[in-house]
Amino acid sequence: MNAELDSLYQEIILDHYKNPHHAGLREPYEAEVHHVNPTCGDEVTLRVHIADGTVADVSYDAVGCSISQASASVLTDLVIGKPVAEAMSVHEEFLTLMQGKGTVEPDEDVLEDGIAFAGVAKFPARVKCALLSWMAWKDATARSLEETR
Amino acid sequence: MTLPGLLPELEVIRKDFPILERTLAGGVPLVYLDSANTSQKPQCVIDAMVDHLERHNANVARAMHQLGAESSEAFENARDVVARFIGAPSRDEVVFTKNASEALNLVANTLAWATGDLAIGAGDEVVVTEMEHHSNIVPWQLLTERKGATLRWFGLTESGELDLADIDSLITERTKVVSLTWVSNMLGTINPVAEIARRAHEVGAIVVVDASQAAPQLPVDVTAVDADVLVFTGHKVVGPTGIGVLWGKRSLLEQLPPFLGGGEMIETVRMERSTYAGIPHKFEAGTPPIVEAVGLGAALEYLAAVGMENIHRHEQAITAYALEGLATIPGLRVLGPLDVTRRGGAVAFEMDGVHPHDIAQVLDSRGVAVRAGHHCAKPAHARFGVQSSTRMSSYLYTTPAEIDALVEGLEHTRAYFKVG
Repeated sequence: MNAELDSLYQEIILDHYKNPHHAGLREPYEAEVHHVNPTCGDEVTLRVHIADGTVADVSYDAVGCSISQASASVLTDLVIGKPVAEAMSVHEEFLTLMQGKGTVEPDEDVLEDGIAFAGVAKFPARVKCALLSWMAWKDATARSLEETR
Repeated sequence: MTLPGLLPELEVIRKDFPILERTLAGGVPLVYLDSANTSQKPQCVIDAMVDHLERHNANVARAMHQLGAESSEAFENARDVVARFIGAPSRDEVVFTKNASEALNLVANTLAWATGDLAIGAGDEVVVTEMEHHSNIVPWQLLTERKGATLRWFGLTESGELDLADIDSLITERTKVVSLTWVSNMLGTINPVAEIARRAHEVGAIVVVDASQAAPQLPVDVTAVDADVLVFTGHKVVGPTGIGVLWGKRSLLEQLPPFLGGGEMIETVRMERSTYAGIPHKFEAGTPPIVEAVGLGAALEYLAAVGMENIHRHEQAITAYALEGLATIPGLRVLGPLDVTRRGGAVAFEMDGVHPHDIAQVLDSRGVAVRAGHHCAKPAHARFGVQSSTRMSSYLYTTPAEIDALVEGLEHTRAYFKVG
């Protein structure tokens, strides 16, 4: 009965959970958002700093389960340093994977450690956990762009 | 194994609940420890509802044919059963609603529309507690915001009980309503409702009791509790979803204005204005949840036959055994009273190093169903500085072996997440 569970809790996810990357809130930033998952109470405060059309920094303070925490960590790895348009397309790819109910084959070249979340897509109750910080990032990035326009 | 206080016919009772036979993914048996969320249903409730739909289905109170008479009789019989179950002085004081939330909203809204003695306005106060379910907080926030009144609340002690130290400064001449839960859905705490009601009545306030968690596990007598209004939901007392109960003192219900307008809540309708039916029908606009009421009646008869005192003793025995088992897990902290005589069968806890979602997920892979999250009691969680918790909740069909499965599952969870 652990096989099913292991497909959810990949080693990569547990590693990010224990040692989250880019955690904490930092300056400078143009936008800060606070997103919650109303069904379970998980919360994330997330800041985005955009410089010259590139995602210069994403910093966050998150309270939540292993999936939501690891997802925030993987998000920052994937988008920091990328041009905004490219980061947005990574976001789209991750969203497609999470909403695919386990039928989408993830592209490791694009999603890197994010492919570990393929198993989460089979657990409908946990998809929102994985998407919490990603939705917050999209929101904060849109606001950042408005700020700097 | 057996414990003092367990229902002697536990194995027979379990056979009454067909779902307890089923297995889950991987062939593991179901260990259902989420009864405070919703209880499972005995065969007699399922049968009563199926029989009604197969043989007696018709609308109530409007159909002049034989089926209509049978359906009306079954529906009104359910009202009699409810009245007996809660010791209501009159069957007319029992109003069927959709659930406990709707019942609480009915009271808060009709109070907002009330005139005369019951009217609420600036300077008036409504008192709730920090351990309420959101459904007993938000309707009162809406009421006080709309009327310019003030919402106040009892805080909680470190052990998860109501802090009654400032009761005299909280319940004052300005207090119009005191609304509180009898048993907390998160902390399990059993509140001294009669004591608080006495104080509230001294200042002329209306006392509303949320019995959603009490009705399943304690004998309920509305007169002894000294409530003016008491509400509970059907699906936690082995009945179906879609039906709740609002009991209110006749004098209060008669004084409150109608809630929803529509069919069957009227006396007569003219285009200019209408006059309204007497209680309980004044508050039951539209076709009611008929088959759900029939199911609820069967559910309460089932519980009464087992005996609420016996069910309460069983819950206490299981809860004591669970508290003992949980105490063996390193880094586990129970939120709420540890004294089993002061609490109900819902036990919320946190465990170092593993988030409640992850605990619930690992337990689920072993067939153990618990709830993880804030249990619609965010303020109570905030009081104890936690975002969310894991909650196990037992009922009359819970066995000590199921508690063992929970405790073993928690040990496994710690190992899985390499804690300790």
